[in-house]
Amino acid sequence: MNPPIKNTVVGARVPLIDGVEKVRGVAKYTADLAPEGALVGRILRSPYSHAELIKVDTSKAEALPGVVAIVTGKDSPFPYGIVPIAQNEFPMAQEKVRYRGEPIAAVAAIDEATALAALDLIELTVKELPGYYNAKDSRAVDAVQLHDNKPGNIERDVHNSFGDVEAGFAEADLLGEDDFHCEEVTHAHMEPHAAVAEYDPQRDHLTFWSVTQVPYYVHLMLAQCMDLNKSRIRVIKPFVGGGFGARTETLNFELVCGILARAAKGRVRMVLSREETFLTHRGRPAADIHLKLGLAKDGRITAVKAEMAQYGGAYGGYGIVTILYAGALLNALYDIPAVQYDGYRVYTNTPPCGAMRGHGTVDMRHAFDTMLNRMARQLGLDPIEVRRRNLLEAPTETPNGLQITSYGLPQNLDWVEQASGWKKRKGNMPKGRGLGIGCSHFVSGAAKPVQWTGQPDAVVNLKLDFDAGITILTGAADIGQGSSTIVAQVVAEVMGLDFSRIRVISNDSAITPRDMGSYSSRVTYMVGNATLHAAQKLKARLIAAAATALETEPENIECLGETYRVIDSQDSGISFEKVVQTALIDHGAITERGTFTVPKAFQGGKHRGGAVGSTMGFSYAAQVVEVAVDTDTGEITVEKVWVSHDCGYAINPLSVEGQVQGAIWMGMGQAMMEATRFHEGLPLHANFLDYSFPTMMDSPDIKVHIVESMDPNGPFGAKEASEGGLAGFLPALAEAVAEAIGTEINDMPITPDKVIEALTKKRRADKKRKRAAS
Amino acid sequence: MASIVKMNVNGREQEHLIPDSLLLIEFLRDRLGLTGTKRGCDGGECGACTVLVNGKQRLGCVTLAKSVSGQSVETIESVETRGRLSRLQQAFHEKLGTQCGFCTPGMIMAAEGLLRDNPSPNEAEIKEALSGNLCRCTGYVKIIESVQAAIEPGGVSP
Repeated sequence: MNPPIKNTVVGARVPLIDGVEKVRGVAKYTADLAPEGALVGRILRSPYSHAELIKVDTSKAEALPGVVAIVTGKDSPFPYGIVPIAQNEFPMAQEKVRYRGEPIAAVAAIDEATALAALDLIELTVKELPGYYNAKDSRAVDAVQLHDNKPGNIERDVHNSFGDVEAGFAEADLLGEDDFHCEEVTHAHMEPHAAVAEYDPQRDHLTFWSVTQVPYYVHLMLAQCMDLNKSRIRVIKPFVGGGFGARTETLNFELVCGILARAAKGRVRMVLSREETFLTHRGRPAADIHLKLGLAKDGRITAVKAEMAQYGGAYGGYGIVTILYAGALLNALYDIPAVQYDGYRVYTNTPPCGAMRGHGTVDMRHAFDTMLNRMARQLGLDPIEVRRRNLLEAPTETPNGLQITSYGLPQNLDWVEQASGWKKRKGNMPKGRGLGIGCSHFVSGAAKPVQWTGQPDAVVNLKLDFDAGITILTGAADIGQGSSTIVAQVVAEVMGLDFSRIRVISNDSAITPRDMGSYSSRVTYMVGNATLHAAQKLKARLIAAAATALETEPENIECLGETYRVIDSQDSGISFEKVVQTALIDHGAITERGTFTVPKAFQGGKHRGGAVGSTMGFSYAAQVVEVAVDTDTGEITVEKVWVSHDCGYAINPLSVEGQVQGAIWMGMGQAMMEATRFHEGLPLHANFLDYSFPTMMDSPDIKVHIVESMDPNGPFGAKEASEGGLAGFLPALAEAVAEAIGTEINDMPITPDKVIEALTKKRRADKKRKRAAS
Repeated sequence: MASIVKMNVNGREQEHLIPDSLLLIEFLRDRLGLTGTKRGCDGGECGACTVLVNGKQRLGCVTLAKSVSGQSVETIESVETRGRLSRLQQAFHEKLGTQCGFCTPGMIMAAEGLLRDNPSPNEAEIKEALSGNLCRCTGYVKIIESVQAAIEPGGVSP
């Protein structure tokens, strides 16, 4: 299916097709839109963690001059959520509030000051309930239920076992078992949330602009929560300032903005503060992990048993998917004969968690690879060598039914070992320094969408008209990852043209075909394949037109991009424009459609929840992290990272490097400093000073090596490049720190206070041992 | 209270009656429509609103517009000359110093301020000067490379 690569455009280091707008400052993001006469929309948020909402009195606020509309939960009694079987959230609270910051009401007013004054006049009558902020308290037998239909405050428990785990442990020469805790982290995309809604009361139509990664899902949920026919809604995605998963489901403020615009019978612009953006959250849940691993003395993994509890926040969201991912992707990285997983997604009175880069897999990968590194040391084996003894061989199927069609982990290991000088340096680092390794993987698009429609996974239209320019119409949401550039490269490569004839229009539901959006690293693989299909069809059509013009058969025509000619002829042929003119005769404008559908065979195991984790192509990454630790202050400096990523084939190596560096660095933030924190549900870190992530001063050089395993089904062999590397940073850092300070730290992030605490414990233990010895 | 402020913005003289509490970022974005300057946080945390005031880096979100009355303000919109990208802009584009692009205007203005003071900064100096500008996409590696390319002869396309 993959065409030969000529490496003219595909495979080249192509700058972003929309990069010039960004560096000029003319790229328009949602908050940059200033529609004439737009009202200011603001949200009243719950000051309670958990309470029965007895009365929301808006009468005083309504009387305030300049207030145009006020809406509450009564204006939308329709639940929403990304997973159809788990929709339990409302645009504004109904009979209960379940976290501080939950929307209760909203105001549209002539200006900001009036809107804020109106919020102050809304009076709440509540009966407070006990709040729960961690999985243990939520699961206590006497805990009040957050949701009536969720006993024990458990959204979903998962119990899967593949292979004979007990036999695997019996066979092991070394068993390791420990607890790990990872704190909750959040995306902290640079652009605060914003939406603009324009309601036309005459036509009962809504036009909607938002910061979303998933315009299609936003469209569906607006229709559902506004009880408005889908055909009366148009969703447009302007430039989006990052996502990382925060915007992969419809968010409450989007629905509130739409509802408010209808109530105000006009335009509402809603720009959230950074604090509100933090409260909207959808980040990676805090997790308690208990992991048991068995190794034979030659380093072979015999079995693993893992239990995880995620503090999911107050609503379902992606929760079911997240808790399933954590177990499913214990598989498909290494060859493990027996895997048992018990997962608990727990409701807590905190902002709802969601999908974040490396969805569901990161904290579990930290626990697993940290344990693997530690046990390798205990067996006197090199951790890289241990991984080599547990490699898979593609093509293969994992015990839980995942398909592996290409596998570049061995080449990744070879490169990081060599580039970091691992063999000579690991174990011989000077005092206070350390090297660590971690591996990770991720899907190139979830094989089964969360909302099943029977439609293809991706549809791309190519429009070709009198101007002989090709317009790529795609619903793929470019959020900075470069998806528009990738589709343009695919078309340019197939057609033999440069970008001057190609433009990309993405994300206007009135124009572009439905696309599920940018999540689970699906775009390059799925939309790339659909684009390839469309471009091949368009090219075939133009070759046929050229054959007509040159009075020959299509098989005799050679496409040279700007020229079509008879193969091997000395004739100069005819120009692209002439070919297009011929193709348009009796037909007019051409729209060529390409589609891509993941075959059923790739959609995972038959067990309940078996579709989660399934994909057509796993990316693989290995990384070595070098650290220096100041043992007086506990401060960790990451000196350098070497990462090798198997992305199948790099359609754009420049973009792949940028994505891999960004992912590794985001893993570094989680491993070293990031944590949302709450005091009885009150967010303590809802700003960039308290929720600190690495600045340029904290950030190391990240050397990226690309491994091309040429996936048999990816477009030109490509797989994902944006998520797979993140998770491996955590265990690599933990291992490097362990070497530097001579003791282990299990919990993330590894902050200076944890280093000092670990060193103090070690000193005391050493003293005790010495005393005992003397 | 309101005051009349006069300032030069991107080479043009401006005279406006504005509330004393109006922030420079609000003045630029809402009054002048210069939306290239971004608001990324609730005040002074992220650097996305970096502009130059009298050639020096300044955060528009913690500066009262009134306080720069009589001074010269430059935003991202002023950096290109007659349709030609500056070397920094060209470098950020070619070297992928921009991904989502939201921090980019502030990052380029911070780098512009740096290069006016120090036309050939080393890596440590670049890091120090730009450390108040947060980016969540790049891990900063390609931002540093972009600034370096902008100052190297032949570092960017002519």
